[in-house]
Amino acid sequence: MSAHKVTATQKQGNRMMTGAEIFVRCLIAEGVEVVFGYPGGATIGIYDALVDLSDIKHVLVRHEQGATHAAEGYAKATGKPGVVLVTSGPGATNTVTGIADAFMDSIPIVVFTGQVPLKLIGNDAFQEADIVGITRPITKHNYLVRDVRELARTIKEAFYIATTGRPGPVLVDLPKDVMAQKGLFEYPEKVELRSYKPVTEGHPRQIKKAADLINAAKRPVLYVGGGVIQSNASDELRKLAGILQCPVTTTLHGLGAYPENDPLALGMLGMHGTWYSNVAVQYCDVLIAVGARFDDRVTGKVEAFAAEAKKIHIDIDPSAISKNVKVDVPIVGDVKSVLKKLIESVQPLDTKDWLATIEQWKREHPLRYRSGEAIRAQYVIQKLGEITGGNAIVVTDVGQHQMWTAQFFHWVHPRSHITSGGLGTMGFSLPAAMGASFGRQDLPVISISGDGGFQMNSQEMATIVEHKLPVKIFVINNGFLGMVRQWQELFWRRRYSHVGLHNPDFVKLAEAYGCTAYRVRQSSEVEEVIRKALAHKDGPVFVEFVVVQEDNVYPMIPAGQTVNEIIDVPEPVTKASDGAPEDALMTVAKGQHISTTKEIQQ
Amino acid sequence: MTHTKDADQGTGESNNGEHLRRHTISVLVENKFGAFNRVAGMFAAKGYNIDSLSVGPTEEEAISRMTIVTRGDDQIIEQITKQLNKLIDTIKVVDLTFENFVERELVLVKVQATQSSRSEIMQIAEIFRAKVIDISPKSLTLEATGSQQKVDAIIKMLKPFGIKELARTGRVALKREFQGEV
Ligand SMILES: Cc1cc2nc3c(=O)[nH]c(=O)nc-3n(C[C@H](O)[C@H](O)[C@H](O)COP(=O)(O)OP(=O)(O)OC[C@H]3O[C@@H](n4cnc5c(N)ncnc54)[C@H](O)[C@@H]3O)c2cc1C
Ligand SMILES: Cc1ncc(C[n+]2csc(CCOP(=O)(O)OP(=O)(O)O)c2C)c(N)n1
Ligand SMILES: [Mg+2]
Repeated sequence: MSAHKVTATQKQGNRMMTGAEIFVRCLIAEGVEVVFGYPGGATIGIYDALVDLSDIKHVLVRHEQGATHAAEGYAKATGKPGVVLVTSGPGATNTVTGIADAFMDSIPIVVFTGQVPLKLIGNDAFQEADIVGITRPITKHNYLVRDVRELARTIKEAFYIATTGRPGPVLVDLPKDVMAQKGLFEYPEKVELRSYKPVTEGHPRQIKKAADLINAAKRPVLYVGGGVIQSNASDELRKLAGILQCPVTTTLHGLGAYPENDPLALGMLGMHGTWYSNVAVQYCDVLIAVGARFDDRVTGKVEAFAAEAKKIHIDIDPSAISKNVKVDVPIVGDVKSVLKKLIESVQPLDTKDWLATIEQWKREHPLRYRSGEAIRAQYVIQKLGEITGGNAIVVTDVGQHQMWTAQFFHWVHPRSHITSGGLGTMGFSLPAAMGASFGRQDLPVISISGDGGFQMNSQEMATIVEHKLPVKIFVINNGFLGMVRQWQELFWRRRYSHVGLHNPDFVKLAEAYGCTAYRVRQSSEVEEVIRKALAHKDGPVFVEFVVVQEDNVYPMIPAGQTVNEIIDVPEPVTKASDGAPEDALMTVAKGQHISTTKEIQQ
Repeated sequence: MTHTKDADQGTGESNNGEHLRRHTISVLVENKFGAFNRVAGMFAAKGYNIDSLSVGPTEEEAISRMTIVTRGDDQIIEQITKQLNKLIDTIKVVDLTFENFVERELVLVKVQATQSSRSEIMQIAEIFRAKVIDISPKSLTLEATGSQQKVDAIIKMLKPFGIKELARTGRVALKREFQGEV
């Protein structure tokens, strides 16, 4: 860390201080910029130490779930670990959803929880919860600190474990009496754990085998996941794809790892992926999985997934390999380092015919939606993509709007897309966007939620307004729990069961928090309001898009099925003879020039 | 009477009739708070079988050895090994099934013993090289060690007399250094 911090550390070298003070000094030494937290009885000593040690920015969230999502958003946007500090009992249990979310999506966060004094543990003491036990299956690792002399080393280890190998959440439980004990502050320089040594270099023999397979490929596809972004390996990926002239499809978490304005881009694959990406995977002869984990939303029916292809899998976590899909050449290692080696061992391929076939698929089956006077969510997202040119950090919630954003936004930068994929946590977007905004000032941060999910953590509006964060808060209001409604429509004979939402006046709500707010209902207003929101300088801005109520996300491969069962956008139904203008058919194909959509519009 | 899970077969059939092989996995873990829970919890959370699990200190104080007997097809066993390795406290995982190894289990059996049956029970004990470690007018408690098959066999022999209580340790195992017969 910076020089002044080292000296600050040295100066305090041999003074006895409380665990609470040691704790704060450890965070400073670790280079932590911001802590998302909420105080309580068990952490009151720590909070007292924060009064004097103000090098660290503490953000008072309005709910501990918000703190964990904010830490996730910060981590995903910056690549640095997110930090949370909450009290014992309910404070700790409120972090559980965010911890599980970070675990599923491999996000480095470190969660510090207060705990009742050691001697009261197990007594059903006031605000006692066995948070170490509760979070054992949803953390990469967790600790209960039993002695102030272990505190600094434990914190060092926690950050090390969270951020290395396959990243993930680490929880450290801090009993109140331990934090009051006195000790010396000495932050270890490095960590040596004989039981934890992540492999980062791929095995040369495996890389050779992979190169041999690739060099013989006729119809290769790169299947790219969140690991590429976590490894900061987008450049290497582009290089490899370029040499091989190999089409690239990304998972939901891989969006942004490969620029979609490149002709080799196929967009997202999987349940709601593009038609052509799924078909390309179906017909490829070599599938190169890079930092992707063969999730069931990607594979559908496992036996049918890229059934003809030889499969190469690069992943830092050995347990991710051959977990769902048996692969031919596993390579355990860090994506960046493995790709560098692989680039040296492969030769340019002649994929002209393969690319021509894919081009044709793109023309025949682009992403499509019908747009008219009433706003379609897809249209909002497409416009947002065009206006920003992809130069934004877009944070989505869970549901239809999430899938439409994945499909229709213009992804060109790594770390520009943040969402809850593995756990699918509604309520993620707003606090995660808040966290991202604390970490990144270079790009506008845009939170996109559904009307359902927004209400699951809307309390963080207060935090965002308090800190005047320039977050653009978009709510796609379709009056429904849209994604569940879609399933009920398609697979449960349209028997709608508890999916209609009786919503508050979102604009008034936003205004009550002190936020500038707009509502739009017409397609013709969309572009202007987006521009206005992006130009808004003074703190957050809120926009409610009132959209068509019943619209579906297409294409869709129903859960557990294959690309043969893919449902594409239905052909337009003939309108009643009321003279209403036909909605225009809008199309987008990833990897083609976005301007084609404009031509179709006219 | 105590009911013990009979895991005698070297193989087991899963519900769908798939062939599941039995594996003895030896795991060295840091002897830290919660390490045992992590291992047991991982098996529970992932739905893996545990036939037996024993844990105790090793020659090095800071390290515990767990011996886990589990069943699964190749893919499951591969995942089990990987998941064990993934736990931060795990130092080493060895699937002894692929090695030459020695395996022992200890059992304590409290068996009903009347004046007339006592000597017959003691004969059985002798054949199995079991020790009598407690005696009362109505019972005998035996201690036997051996391979799982041997332990199963003595239990089977004692069953007709009436087993009042029984405790098994589960298997412990080590890789064999001497490759010939002892
Ligand atoms: C409503 C809904 C619908 C969805 N539909 C889709 C869909 O249509 N398509 C889709 O793709 N997803 C979809 N998802 C998301 C899906 O559930 C998964 O979260 C996602 O597919 C996983 O992405 P990933 O494979 O990139 O893995 P991630 O969860 O991002 O995991 C990253 C992988 O990379 C590895 N890794 C991490 N760092 C490194 C490194 N440095 N070096 C090497 N490897 C590393 C990790 O070990 C891990 O295996 C949907 C989610 C929701 C909520
Ligand atoms: C916490 C949580 N509860 C329930 C669900 C199940 N679920 C998935 S999508 C969805 C509907 C989301 O509705 P909304 O936020 O309005 O978004 P839309 O789909 O309408 O865009 C629900 C209820 C979930 N993912 N997360
Ligand atoms: Mg909705």
